[in-house]
Amino acid sequence: MSAHKGNETVVFSTPVSILETASAVGTKEGEGPLGKLFDRVLEDNMAGEKSWEAAESALVRDNLSALFKKSGVSPDFIFAGDLQNQCCGTTYGVKDLNIPLFGIFGACSTFGEALALGAMTVDSGAARYAAAAASSHFYSAERQFRFPAELGNQRPPTATYTVTGAGAAMLGKGDGPYITSFTAGKITDYGINDANNMGAAMAPAAAACIKAHLEDTGRSAGYYDVIATGDLGRVGTELLLQLLEKDGINIEKNHTDCGMEIFDNKSQDTHAGGSGCACSAAVFSALFYRKLKNSSIKRMLLVPTGALMSTVSVQQGENILGTAFAVSVENEVIKWTI
Amino acid sequence: MNEETYDSMVKKASPDSPLLKDCIRAFAVGGLICMIGQMLTNFAVGYGFDERSAATFTSVVLIAAASLLTGLGLYSKIGKFAGAGSIVPITGFSNSVTSPAVEFKKEGYVLGLGAKIFIIAGPVILYGVLTSIIVGMVYYFAGR
Repeated sequence: MSAHKGNETVVFSTPVSILETASAVGTKEGEGPLGKLFDRVLEDNMAGEKSWEAAESALVRDNLSALFKKSGVSPDFIFAGDLQNQCCGTTYGVKDLNIPLFGIFGACSTFGEALALGAMTVDSGAARYAAAAASSHFYSAERQFRFPAELGNQRPPTATYTVTGAGAAMLGKGDGPYITSFTAGKITDYGINDANNMGAAMAPAAAACIKAHLEDTGRSAGYYDVIATGDLGRVGTELLLQLLEKDGINIEKNHTDCGMEIFDNKSQDTHAGGSGCACSAAVFSALFYRKLKNSSIKRMLLVPTGALMSTVSVQQGENILGTAFAVSVENEVIKWTI
Repeated sequence: MNEETYDSMVKKASPDSPLLKDCIRAFAVGGLICMIGQMLTNFAVGYGFDERSAATFTSVVLIAAASLLTGLGLYSKIGKFAGAGSIVPITGFSNSVTSPAVEFKKEGYVLGLGAKIFIIAGPVILYGVLTSIIVGMVYYFAGR
């Protein structure tokens, strides 16, 4: 059963299993350091479709289909989201699968939100199996939030590069790794309004969420083999470490950022790192799930981070808000005391 | 922690753009584009164009070339390297019109391409025209 613990955390005493994961990415991600780990790498980012948006939906559809095939089960519900307006990347991708969808939006923290909601649904018995998924596409995001693809401009060093890809996890009852708890982040506002510095907008949310998680669960930062934030990039990571240090929490040794794992900045010129909903979803599905499965890590805290804003809110001068979800994934069942 | 403290943390953590490198590249590429322009003008004059027609010929060729390079996906690469060096010349203006046209064609020729072609160049055109009207009026009245 799940139970509320502390201020923002839900713990699972009969943990929910991550039965299987699936990942698919675009060409640039395929050329990156994790290229070989992804289940599928697109040969062309258009994926044979007529628009970037349709290409993202094709990624969502094919990746979920791959997940169903790999896990051998079909979920009762899908919890998924993306960055496109009104979550169209997901809805058009899921339509042919004939499975009920809870479309969610948490910007790039969506995968954490999906895992949390999916885990509660499976734990409560409301679903036997639930799929948690997230996706993003560099070009569908660029044209919506920034500029046309062929505009000849430069990106500042603080900018991140939206990951083209999709990641998905099948939740159910079975063997480990298990989702043993999660902490839902609050919305933070630290006055950042530079859309080219999302890492700075999200770092306080990640710091607050990690701090709340450790307080609520009574764990120390060293408990986890890996604490992986979603897409803070280099600037956001530096800020996160500084913010936590101020609260006496040191995660320098076990912290990594999915956005820094997925690209090699030196050879791929991705500036601060990767971002987008698919960043944490695909990196967890391809890299960390595998590491948990082969026990090279045993306990991890996945912290997908989201910068909440729209083109309208940015143009109207509103600040960029931050959020984060911390999901602990462990190979052992935890008996929580409430 | 308040916003100001965080702001100074952010400024410290955020790397600056490599200004010197950017300037050198912009100077080199911008200069190269201008040199090509001058060569075109000289070429036209050599063929008997008067100065005004030669300038028009140069603009037309540069705009068409930049538009073609945008369509081929090459101008964005030049822009990534050169920054302002390829934005400021007339070729940059051409790129800022062609790139939305290419991007939004998928939403149709009227509501996509037609409505969004000036999404970047629009403000330049509007305020450019406005400024020239003001300057023209000052010139007209002060010149009397």
